[in-house]
Amino acid sequence: MSTTTNVSRRNFLKTGAVLSSGLLISFTVPGAKKLGAAASMVGPQSGAAFAPNAYLHITADNEVLVYLAHAEMGQGIWTTLSMMIAEELDVDVNKMTVQHGDAWKPYQHTAFGIQITGGSSTTWSEFDRYRKAGATAKALLVQAAAQKFGVSPAECKAENGVVTAGDKSATYGELATAAATLPAPGEVPLKDPKDWKYIGKGVKRLDTPAKINGTAKFGMDMQFPGMLTAVVLHAPVFGAKVKTVDAAKAKSIPGVKQVVQIPGGVAVLADNYWAAKKGRAALKVDWDLGSGVKVDSAAMLTQYKQLAKTPGTLAGKEGNVDSAMSKAVKTVEAEYVFPYLAHAPMEPLNVTIQLKGNQCEIWTGTQMPGIDQEAAAKVLGLKPEQVRVNTVFLGGGFGRRATPASDFVKEAAEIIKASGKPLVKMVWAREDDVKGGFYRPMFLHKITAGLNAEGMPVAWKHTIVGQSIMEGTFFAGMIKDGIDGASVEGVVDSPYMGAIPDRLITLHSPKNEVPVLWWRSVGHTHTAMAMEGMIDELAQAAGKDQLAYRQELLKSHPRHLAALNLAAEKAGWGKPLPAGRFRGIAVHESFLSYVAQVAEISLNPDGTIKVHRVVSAIDCGLAVNPDGVKAQIESGINYGLSAALLGEITLEKGQVKQGNFNDYVVARMFDTPAEIEVHIVKSDGKMGGVGEPGVPPVAPAIANAYFNATGRRLRQLPFNKAVHSIDAEMQIPHT
Amino acid sequence: MVKLKINQKEYSVDASPDMPLLWAIRDVVGLTGTKFGCGMAQCGACTVHLDGEAVRSCVTLVSRAVGKEIVTIEGLSANPDNYLQKAWIELDVPQCGYCQSGQIMSAAVLLKENPNPTDEDIDNAMSGNICRCGTYPRIRKAIHLAAKMQREGGSGK
Repeated sequence: MSTTTNVSRRNFLKTGAVLSSGLLISFTVPGAKKLGAAASMVGPQSGAAFAPNAYLHITADNEVLVYLAHAEMGQGIWTTLSMMIAEELDVDVNKMTVQHGDAWKPYQHTAFGIQITGGSSTTWSEFDRYRKAGATAKALLVQAAAQKFGVSPAECKAENGVVTAGDKSATYGELATAAATLPAPGEVPLKDPKDWKYIGKGVKRLDTPAKINGTAKFGMDMQFPGMLTAVVLHAPVFGAKVKTVDAAKAKSIPGVKQVVQIPGGVAVLADNYWAAKKGRAALKVDWDLGSGVKVDSAAMLTQYKQLAKTPGTLAGKEGNVDSAMSKAVKTVEAEYVFPYLAHAPMEPLNVTIQLKGNQCEIWTGTQMPGIDQEAAAKVLGLKPEQVRVNTVFLGGGFGRRATPASDFVKEAAEIIKASGKPLVKMVWAREDDVKGGFYRPMFLHKITAGLNAEGMPVAWKHTIVGQSIMEGTFFAGMIKDGIDGASVEGVVDSPYMGAIPDRLITLHSPKNEVPVLWWRSVGHTHTAMAMEGMIDELAQAAGKDQLAYRQELLKSHPRHLAALNLAAEKAGWGKPLPAGRFRGIAVHESFLSYVAQVAEISLNPDGTIKVHRVVSAIDCGLAVNPDGVKAQIESGINYGLSAALLGEITLEKGQVKQGNFNDYVVARMFDTPAEIEVHIVKSDGKMGGVGEPGVPPVAPAIANAYFNATGRRLRQLPFNKAVHSIDAEMQIPHT
Repeated sequence: MVKLKINQKEYSVDASPDMPLLWAIRDVVGLTGTKFGCGMAQCGACTVHLDGEAVRSCVTLVSRAVGKEIVTIEGLSANPDNYLQKAWIELDVPQCGYCQSGQIMSAAVLLKENPNPTDEDIDNAMSGNICRCGTYPRIRKAIHLAAKMQREGGSGK
C-alpha cells in the first residue's frame, strides 16, 4: 500500500530553510521537540519532477500537488491552504490536486511546535508559509523559463500555470524538471494584497464534489483485501479492568475470527462490522470496576458548589476585592453550571492499521498525526519512523480527534499487537464514542460583582471549578502556577476586567476518573456564558440597556465594539419585534477573533426555547475565504445551540447515562434557527481563527434573550432542561 | 447468499439475513458512500432508497431489501443532472461531509414527493438527518434551490 519514496530530499532541504525562517513563534508546546518531532522522514511521495518544498510539488504532466500540514475536518482548510499556494504560484486553484501530508516534521505547526490541527489556527499560522511555498516555486519556474527562452527572468511573466516571454511560452509542467536543478532563491517577495486574485475574495470549496457523490474517503471507508474489523467491548466505568473473559459464545458467531484482551477491554475481530458487533454482544466479561464506579455527576456538582465557597488557586488579582465589594452600592451574585459534553462527531472513531514486520501503516482521521505516530510506535515497540500515518478526511473533529493520550490510535495498535493479524480496522459504535469519555469537563463558576452608584462594576470576585484538560498530558508543562489556562481563558483575559479596578479570580481543578478534553472552543465554552451572562445581569441591576452597558464597558476595546455594534445594527437591536419574540446579545473574543451575536427567540408551548434568528458579526482580521468564514460561524452557532439547549453527559455509579443520539440530544433541522446571518467586520487587525469563535457567544445570547422574555435568568446548561426545573419550581403553567 | 439489486446491478451477497443492509452495502459489497453514524436510525447518515422510499439502512435488514430496488448515493450520482448535487455545490453546503450522502438521499425523496417544499416541509423531511457541523441553513437553502431548478430547469437563477 505504501508507494516508494521518490522525493528529492536535496530539493526539499535547500528551500526548507527559507520557508521556516522569519516565522513568528508565539508559543511552543513544552517538550515539543521530543514529541511528534518523530525523526520520521517519510514525506510526500508524489514522485513529482519538481518538489521545491514539502507543501507543493509539480509533475512533468503539469499536475500541481498540494500537501496539507493540517487536517480537513469540515473547517475548509483543504480549500484555504490551496488558495494561498495558488495565489502566489499563479495557477488555477480548481486544477490543483490536494492531499493531507504525512506525519512529518515540515508539517509541524509554525507556532505550536507539533503537528496539530486545532486552536482555530490553521489559516493564520500558515498564511506566510503556504504563500512563500507558492512564491518560491514560481520564482524557480520563472528562472527555468528564462534559461530555456534565453531571456532574463524579468522579461518572463507567470500566469495561470504558464510562463511567457514574448512569443515563447512553457507550462509549469514543462519547466518542472529544469526548475528542480536550480539553486534555491533567497527571500522571494509576496504579492501586494491589491493584486490578490483569490485571497479575500474566495473560491468554492475544493472538496465539495467528492463529498456529495460518495467518493470522499473518510477513515471509516478504508477497505483492503484481507482486512478484519474489530469492535471493542470497553470498560463499563472509567478505569475498570478486565477480570475474566468468556469468549466461547462470541467465537461461535459466524464471521468472528478472534477475540483478544487489550488494556482497555476486549476486542472482537471479524469479517465485517456486523459480525464483530454481534460477537461483542455475546461476550461475557467480569470487570474489576475500580474507583471509577464512585463517579456521580450530581454528587460532583454538590462538591463543586462546596469548593466554590472556598478560594482556589490564584488566577488573577488586582487591587483589594473585599474592600471594594464592601463599598459597593449593590452586589450581584450568580452561579453558572455546565455539564460534561461529548463531541459526537458524525463519523464514529475508527483506525485502520497494518503491521508488516517492523513497518506499520495507519489510516485515520486525526488532528495530531505526529503524536499518534509516536503512540502507536510505543505500543508496537517500533521507532516512530517505522509508523506511517495517513490522515484521511475527518468526519468531524471538534477536538475529539486531538487526544494527547492518542486513545483510539493506541487502542488499534494494541489490537493488532494482541491479535497478530496483519490488517485490522477498529470501529467504535456510536455508544463507544458517547460513553467513551474525553468530554468537555463539567464546570461551575461562582461570581460576585459589586456596582457603584452609576451601576458600573467596581469589584469582581470569581471562582471557577472544573477538571484540568492539560493535567496528566504532555501539555501539562503549560500549566503555570497551578493554573491550566484552558480553564480560565475568557475570564482572566476578559476585556471587562480592565474596566473593573478590584478583582480576584481563583480556580479549583478537582480530579476524578472521567477523561476530559478540549471541545470546540475549549474554556470559552463556559467562560463566555459566565461572563456574558453576568454582564447582562449587571446591566439589569443597573437598569441599563444591555447593549449600551457593554458599549460603555468595552469603550477601549475597538474590535469587540466593532463586532458588537455591527451585530446589533444588523439585528435591529432596540427596534420592535413581533409579539412573543425577544432578543439577547453577547460578545466574546476567542482564538484571536471577536464575535458578537444577537439571538431572537420565542417560547414553545411547553416553556422551552425556540431560536428563530441569530445575527452574528465577526472581526477575524483578513477573511481569506469570506464564505468559508461565514460557513464556520454558522456551524459554530449550531454546535453551540446543541450545547446551549440540549446536550449533557451525566454519570451515575460511574456509568455514563447517555449512549446515542436518542439520549445525547443534538440540534436537528427543526432546531436550527430559520435565519442565521453572518457579517464580517472589515478589519486590518491581526488575523484570528474562525473554526471555534462562533460557538462561545451562542449560549449567553440565548440566555439573555430568555431573560428579556421572562425576567428569569438561566444559569445552568442545557437550558431546555433548566427551563423545566425553573418553571416547576415557580409553578409556571404550560399548555 | 442473498441477491441484492443495488444501483441497478445484481449482487450475490454473503450476508446473514439479520445483517442490516448498511453493512451488506459497505462491508460486503464495498460501496462506502453510505455512512455509519449511529446504528439505530437516529442520525440518517445511512439513508438509501428502497423502491424509491428513504430508509435508514442501519436498521433495515438485508432480508427486507431482497427483490427491491436499492439506490445509494453512488447510484443517485450516476445521474449527471442531479439538481440536488448542483445546488449543494452552488451553496457550498458540506463541511466535514460525512452526513451529506444521507442528507442528499433524504432530500431526493422529499423533492420527488413534494416538488415545492416549504421550510416546514423541509423540517419534517430532514429532521431525521443529523449534521454536527450544523450545515442545516445551507441544506435548507440548497433544497429550495434544487426545487427551483427542478421546476424551471437550468440553474435556478
